[in-house]
Amino acid sequence: MLARGLLASARENFNALPRMSRLLSTVKLPDLPYDYGALEPYISGQIMELHHSKHHAAYVANLNKALEQQAEAEAKGDVSKIITLQGAIKFNGGGHINHDIFWTNLVPPKDFEPPTGELEALIKAQWKSLDNFISTFNAQTAAVQGSGWGWLGYNKGTGRLEIIAMPNQDPLSITGLVPLLGVDVWEHAYYLQYKNVRPDYLKAIWNVVNWKNVADRLAAAKK
Amino acid sequence: MAFELPALPYDYGTLEPHVDSQTMLIHHTKHHQAYVNNLNAALDKFPELKDLGLIDINKVVGTDKVPGDVATTIRNNGGGHYNHTFFWKVMTNPSNTNGPSGAVKEAIEAAFGSVDEMKAKFNAAAAGRFGSGWAWLGVKEDGSLAITSTPNQDNPLMASLPDTTSMVPILGLDVWEHAYYLKYQNRRPEYIAAWWNVVNWEQVAVNFDAAKTGTVLL
Repeated sequence: MLARGLLASARENFNALPRMSRLLSTVKLPDLPYDYGALEPYISGQIMELHHSKHHAAYVANLNKALEQQAEAEAKGDVSKIITLQGAIKFNGGGHINHDIFWTNLVPPKDFEPPTGELEALIKAQWKSLDNFISTFNAQTAAVQGSGWGWLGYNKGTGRLEIIAMPNQDPLSITGLVPLLGVDVWEHAYYLQYKNVRPDYLKAIWNVVNWKNVADRLAAAKK
Repeated sequence: MAFELPALPYDYGTLEPHVDSQTMLIHHTKHHQAYVNNLNAALDKFPELKDLGLIDINKVVGTDKVPGDVATTIRNNGGGHYNHTFFWKVMTNPSNTNGPSGAVKEAIEAAFGSVDEMKAKFNAAAAGRFGSGWAWLGVKEDGSLAITSTPNQDNPLMASLPDTTSMVPILGLDVWEHAYYLKYQNRRPEYIAAWWNVVNWEQVAVNFDAAKTGTVLL
């Protein structure tokens, strides 16, 4: 009888404890490294503002919501619920990861510098010239069906660069490649300025690619 | 005989203010035109496939009736051409649209409880489709109404695709960003809500009557 009483009160005490909060702290929308209008005329200020303060912000908010719900489900031991949340975590987590990289991959046109050093050497070794690399990248990226991204990635196994397109917000990391440079071809990334003419957007964006950032990512990947 | 871009059943500005005229112009003359052009180019080398007609071309997507090297192109552009041809017809002048009646209304109430409950489910499917795609109301093989969404230019005719709910569509909504971005930007739910003002319920009823006999109209 005593044991039962102790057990009951221990159970009550356990239920009264605050649930363990989620292990991953709240994800935050990063600031852009430049003003919304800084990439003009290649990407309009209106697009940059919507893209950052609405689209990326929504991925962050929805990711945080999904992670909160996952933590609650974990605390309750509700595995079914955890499974149903994985789609939202992939969409919004991928959206956050991809845009987080994208903003750093861009630079105001006045600060543009072409690739140099090891990055330049790798591009030339694999594609003969920067122009040929860009044509190849653009052809593959223009061909993305629906929403997605074109990526330049680094293959740690082979030591080579690869061009690869990913659908929706699937992050490049799921392929094992290290993301170096991403180009968003969801229509929201260009439609207000370029309408249906995705190839024009793809020609323009190379004026604002931050090759120094791409080189830094390559160097980090090689460590 | 090559496929052709069908004329809109109304002017580019007819669906204002709910769907803006600039969007209708670009959507019809650029996006839909491109699907037609690409479909024709792909089918050039496959006259037997072309002879199936647009509806059956969609029905054989995902089967070995479509040669491997054009499978993706046919899926995207055959789908795109059917979807948009269907879409223009299920929209009309906002003052002509009254809500479902008769057999369609009864079927909606039977499947969803009420028209409002059907709209809520449809809106959720449309808003919840991640990336590009479409939301559909359609007649399943057992004759009941159901709501589904599909990615990119897939549609419920493509029954052989693994994740596709097989239905004859009677109403559909394009939620690719090009369908709404110029006017609504990121605010897709606002576009979806506004779109109900231009639904052509007469065409939906015609689609429904045909679907009950298993017929897909074009």
